[in-house]
Amino acid sequence: MEQALQVIFSATFIAAVLRVTTPILLPALGGLIAELGGVANIALEGIMLTAACAGVLISIATQSEWLGLLAGVAMGVLMALVLAFFHLNLKADIILAAIAINILASGGTIFVVFLLTGDKGSTSALVSKQMPFVEIPIIKDIPLIGPIVSGQNLLTYVAFIAVALVSVFLYRTRAGIHLRAVGENLEAARSVGINVRAQQYLALALSGLLAALGGVYLSMGYVKFFARDMTAGRGFIALAAIFLGGKTPLGTMIAALVFGAAEALSVQLGNLRVPNQLVQMIPYVATLVALVVYALVQRQRAIARQRKFRQTQAV
Amino acid sequence: MRNITKIYPNGVLADNDVTFEVRAGEIHALVGENGAGKSTLMKILYGMERPTSGQIFLRGKPVTIHTPHEAIALGIGMVHQNFMLVPSFTIAENIVLGAEPLRGAFVDKRAAIAATTRLAQQYGLTVDPEAIVDAVPVGMRQRVEILKALYRGADVLILDEPTAVLTPQETHELFTAIRQLVNAGKTVIFISHKLREVMEISDRISVMRDARMVGTIDKRDADEHLLAKMMVGREVFLNIEKPPVQRGPVVLKVRNLEYATEAGVEALKHVSFNVYAGEILGIAGVEGNGQTELVEVIAGLRAPLSGVIELDGKSIAGLTPRGVRQAGVAHIPEDRLTNGVALASSIQENLIVDRYEREPFTRGGLMRPAEIERNAEALIEQYAIRAPDGTLPVGSLSGGNMQKVVVARELSSRPKLLIAAQPTRGVDIGATEFMHEQLVKARNAGVAILLVSADLSEVMSLSDRLAVMHDGRIVAIFPDTRGLTEEEVGLYMLGTKTMTQAEIERNW
Repeated sequence: MEQALQVIFSATFIAAVLRVTTPILLPALGGLIAELGGVANIALEGIMLTAACAGVLISIATQSEWLGLLAGVAMGVLMALVLAFFHLNLKADIILAAIAINILASGGTIFVVFLLTGDKGSTSALVSKQMPFVEIPIIKDIPLIGPIVSGQNLLTYVAFIAVALVSVFLYRTRAGIHLRAVGENLEAARSVGINVRAQQYLALALSGLLAALGGVYLSMGYVKFFARDMTAGRGFIALAAIFLGGKTPLGTMIAALVFGAAEALSVQLGNLRVPNQLVQMIPYVATLVALVVYALVQRQRAIARQRKFRQTQAV
Repeated sequence: MRNITKIYPNGVLADNDVTFEVRAGEIHALVGENGAGKSTLMKILYGMERPTSGQIFLRGKPVTIHTPHEAIALGIGMVHQNFMLVPSFTIAENIVLGAEPLRGAFVDKRAAIAATTRLAQQYGLTVDPEAIVDAVPVGMRQRVEILKALYRGADVLILDEPTAVLTPQETHELFTAIRQLVNAGKTVIFISHKLREVMEISDRISVMRDARMVGTIDKRDADEHLLAKMMVGREVFLNIEKPPVQRGPVVLKVRNLEYATEAGVEALKHVSFNVYAGEILGIAGVEGNGQTELVEVIAGLRAPLSGVIELDGKSIAGLTPRGVRQAGVAHIPEDRLTNGVALASSIQENLIVDRYEREPFTRGGLMRPAEIERNAEALIEQYAIRAPDGTLPVGSLSGGNMQKVVVARELSSRPKLLIAAQPTRGVDIGATEFMHEQLVKARNAGVAILLVSADLSEVMSLSDRLAVMHDGRIVAIFPDTRGLTEEEVGLYMLGTKTMTQAEIERNW
């Protein structure tokens, strides 16, 4: 127990939290944009996986991490546009289409990897590139904060900066406001001349872009290879983070950090003498517990609102 | 708009060679029954539909309007019946939506608020620019819709049944605002089928029927009776003819009924009355004085705190809604869309929803489609429900026809007691007349009817006896509605006058 506490209250641990939060936060922000645009994207998982795979394969072929990143992002946006096309043009149910994409991604990525490398498990036998880790001058020398803030992967910084960018986009720009209007009342948006379909394409494309960054981070930052189903449900945990975060960028970030902390804990505890299977459950159990707590809080609030309403009525 | 014809892709002829002319600066009412083609005509004017043939002229010049965007650019604005607002946005954000003022790359919220305030003052349409739309009353939401159109530079405002969702007070405010708009040089097209309001607000009136324009008349030359005749195409009996009451034994007996909401607000206070076989007992009152609760408690949808509810001498208090129905109570609920029908289900299914598990619709645990179909066909014919067949979803019907489905189901259950709550709300004149006929017919056949209606003239002309509710109490029961005036009843509705307990008891 003492060992466990020592693990948690250390700079290394907090740095690890940021590291494992990144591939939850990025798709969560993407999913948030899609959710607010009225096109809930549950294909985040599949988009991440294809992006992770495409990134690694291109970086193997070109030996350039930047071309790998570009390929991964392009692949993710493409997958999101495929989803948008099925839903918005062909009028397919978005949930079913997204499930199809997730299944396709799971089987398709490993199929392509096998075709190209002959390995059905991962690309670890081959040399792929990694996105750079950034040492921030001055800050890296500050005790405590230095080891946490500095030396992270470039995409980790991108993830946290994206929280602010997404916030500004959604609430301050015309495109973001139109996107939210479409998500909340499609007819109202249409009646004032907003191009509804264009907004929903935009929402899904942006969600694909952000989820792809999360996927690329997994295979070209967190580790340096692609492995079968390496997203391990992060695309779904990201969905939970959106709702837990009250569908706001900041809330989503906080929720993602909670899930990240749970996962970091499971990684750290894995080094101690705790049964491995139990430890691996932590992020998923944390998600379930968080959603239950969320539901209870929502209900309490609803009851409180009702009571307040009735009181004002009575007066 | 000259010689407008609109045929929808499914073959429905919505407008047939319609010519419609509005003068600048007038309030022009467009009236007609549901489905007469007035909404389609306005959608064409607003660019939401394209005419199959015909031509639109604006200030003498021919124009083509293919999208709402083009209509807005030409100075035509529309306030839709179901509001086109984004609930979580502020009023100012809603007003500028789609045409936001920018400062650099960002939307300028302060400019949006300023523009809203300026417009609101200019036209006397009071709104709170920074309030969230979800939290403001319906009347204010409507003003937001009007301001939205004005913000986009509308000179011609189309108001699609604007009073359907408003209380009398809000309607009054709206009319004041409309007059102010016209004084400021705007032109208003007012779609409605409430003839009294049309007579109150408009300068000229155009009447549509069966996709055709029947005619345009000056208000000076019109009266409600003439308009109704033009709308329906025949003589309409706004006055209800009914034979003298043949009162039978007590069917429903309510004594000292009390009900409180979960929060402890007393909604019903010692309510007592009888309903006799073969009579219509009306309940008048300003909405929100316990009528809804009374109906729902009797129907078994809410559990009473205390008191007696007896049907033919047997207690039905505390029974489930199904138990109450099986005891012989039919209920036409006031909220048709949520409690009256299942919108996505077919007419056939809606017609048997209270009896699907019994013979002849079910045998040996299996449903019998042939019987269900036969039942629907018979009722569709008997109640003149305008629908090609019974497999259509109820949600595709007009309000009046939807209500006919409800009435057909309730009356075909052969009830002892029929509770009719707001039976003609939101239905057109023809269907209203039909509902009245059906209620009187059921009464003549010996059904006891409890009628609750916010329409005072309706409840007074239909009922044999009239009870008035105020603040959860019965404050008066009139043994005979003949000779009673609306002003007299109004005094009781407002709580200014109250009958003594002895007087009320005498008229139980």
